[in-house]
Amino acid sequence: MNALEIRHLTLHVGEKCVLNDFSLSIPKGEIHVLMGKNGRGKSSLAKAIVGYPDYHVTGGEIVFNGENMVQLPPEERAQRGIFLAHQNPVAIPGVSVSTFIRAAMNAQQKKMTTVAFYELLHGHMDRLGLRREFSARAINDGFSGGEKKRCEVLQMLMLRPSFAILDEIDSGLDIDALKIVAENIKSLYSSDFSALVITHYQRLLDHIAPHKVHILEDGKITLSGGPEIVQELEKKGYAFLFDREELAPE
Amino acid sequence: MKTSDASSENFHFDMSYPFDAGIGLNPTTVAYISDVKGEDPWLRAFRLQALETFLATPMPRNLEPYGIQNLDFHKIRYYLANNQVPSRSWEDVPLEIKTTFDRLGIPEREHRFLAGVEAQFDSEAAYNRMQDVLAQKGVIFVDSTVGLKKYSQIFRQYFASLVPIGNNKFSALNAAVFSGGSFIYVPKGVKVKQPLQAYFRINAESFGQFERTLIVVDEDAELTYMEGCTAPRFETATLHSAVVEVIALKNAKVQYITVQNWSNNVYNLVTKRSIAHENAQIRWIDCNIGSKLTVKYPSILLAGEGASGEILSIALASDQQIQRTGAKVIHLASNTTSNIVSKSISKGNGLASYHGLVHVDPKLKNCRNNSQCDALLIDGASHSDTYPKIDIHGAGHHIQHEAKVSKIDEERLLYLQQRGIDPWQATSLCVNGFVNELIREFPLEYSVELKRLIDFEMHPKK
Repeated sequence: MNALEIRHLTLHVGEKCVLNDFSLSIPKGEIHVLMGKNGRGKSSLAKAIVGYPDYHVTGGEIVFNGENMVQLPPEERAQRGIFLAHQNPVAIPGVSVSTFIRAAMNAQQKKMTTVAFYELLHGHMDRLGLRREFSARAINDGFSGGEKKRCEVLQMLMLRPSFAILDEIDSGLDIDALKIVAENIKSLYSSDFSALVITHYQRLLDHIAPHKVHILEDGKITLSGGPEIVQELEKKGYAFLFDREELAPE
Repeated sequence: MKTSDASSENFHFDMSYPFDAGIGLNPTTVAYISDVKGEDPWLRAFRLQALETFLATPMPRNLEPYGIQNLDFHKIRYYLANNQVPSRSWEDVPLEIKTTFDRLGIPEREHRFLAGVEAQFDSEAAYNRMQDVLAQKGVIFVDSTVGLKKYSQIFRQYFASLVPIGNNKFSALNAAVFSGGSFIYVPKGVKVKQPLQAYFRINAESFGQFERTLIVVDEDAELTYMEGCTAPRFETATLHSAVVEVIALKNAKVQYITVQNWSNNVYNLVTKRSIAHENAQIRWIDCNIGSKLTVKYPSILLAGEGASGEILSIALASDQQIQRTGAKVIHLASNTTSNIVSKSISKGNGLASYHGLVHVDPKLKNCRNNSQCDALLIDGASHSDTYPKIDIHGAGHHIQHEAKVSKIDEERLLYLQQRGIDPWQATSLCVNGFVNELIREFPLEYSVELKRLIDFEMHPKK
């Protein structure tokens, strides 16, 4: 069964048509990668799936576990198990990481006692290489690029969604941080977990073992295949997809 | 309940009946209050003089846009004593208020008091215990009536020294009809570690409409005083007009914390002033929620060298409410420092405005002020204004003012919603985040309650 099924989706941001007749299916338990040049609509697709109001679905369906999501507000999509790790998450001054995560868990009917919550939180923070003081900081407020990414992954580990979209979770991470983040993402893998991973870097693919890779061009998927296609992309003339710059230091 | 009309010829005063000055305001009402309290002639004369001033002072024009002219002084009951409140049964209390108590988790036994059904709830024992401990150190903590009688010498020395009768129309009204409020004296060198709370001696009078609070903290002494609570105060009375005077002598430290949540029919017009002598420190922490109109600008006179003052305030104006709050600091000595942080939140068509004054007298040296006013607007209809007046004479001072008005950030709400949090809860979290740096300054139990209250205010009313 498919966790996510996008059928003939047309997506507008303002007047601009970003995706046209776009279709994609992700079966339960599978990790799919979406690659494509910047500005080709990858992040817009992510925001449309989670229900950002400025991303208008003007045609087609986004079906999650058999249910069309298009009319649902973002919080209800999240409550059904959809998670987006943001590319550049917004800061909320005065709201601590732990308050934020606790509120989200309560909203998703994943309430815990205070002691159990902090035990779980600290365990995940340790594995992500985050110091204990981190949970008391205002979320994303003055965070480095790497801290933002780890914080997004931390939330995902706490909330345990059944479907996650990871939007450039690897940008801004050095190679060691990338390994740590990838290891933690992999800890969620199960027959009930699936993910859509948006990236520019081949290096991430080596760490997360995707089932499928899709190439997005001009609002449509032009090439799909197993991870082996990544090796062939250059030969096939898709070298432009890869960001050749050195990975940014954290 | 006796409802005698003080102006009628048949007016008589019967000890066996609750004391009640009736409705309306004239010299007879004022004299009656003075009689009931058995006051000295000087105080009676003071009250009558205040009444004259009140009657001769026009309504403040600047409050007219807020409907102050609708306040009918002839329909107000000015005095009730012996812990009497207007007779009201639990059944008369609006369902909305009862629901609020439940949702805020107020203990059952306090419901009836807070709703104005009972004059006093059972805090007598706690209050008495506290009194014993304080008395050993020579600390006086009584209501203002007792203060005037038992400690008249010190009371009279400072009474109306900061807020004279004619300060404004409402301070004159308070001077004429005041009753209740606290009198506190902390002797030299005594540091009161536990905050003194008006809450421990609440009764109808101390929570009355025209409280008069006088606090004198002697040299090298320390005090924290807290008044109010986060529970909504259900009032049938439409006017609350208190006067507070705080005197911090050399090297004293005083912190005055107020949390008020009035029902939305109340005009809350309060005059709060303080004076800090040499090296003294004064801090007002003021949180105003509810009411129809609140006008309140706690002020500090920095009168001695090295004195410092701080005014931290939070105002929340919900639908149909106006919070006109602010801060005033008058630097009268060199090397004085002040800090003002004001955070206001306007929701629906609520209006929160900041009115500030920073004044530095001529010929002073090295005065510092930092003012920060942040306003948050919850939706399109809400308003916020900032009127900072900065009046600096002379050079070499360090004055900084920063004002910021922001709408609640859509991206932040969406981020929270994307984690499964509904829009109301998301708004509440953002608002709590906005005031967090100030809420941290409140004692723990207040800060927890305040967060809950903000949460409650952000949710749609059932």
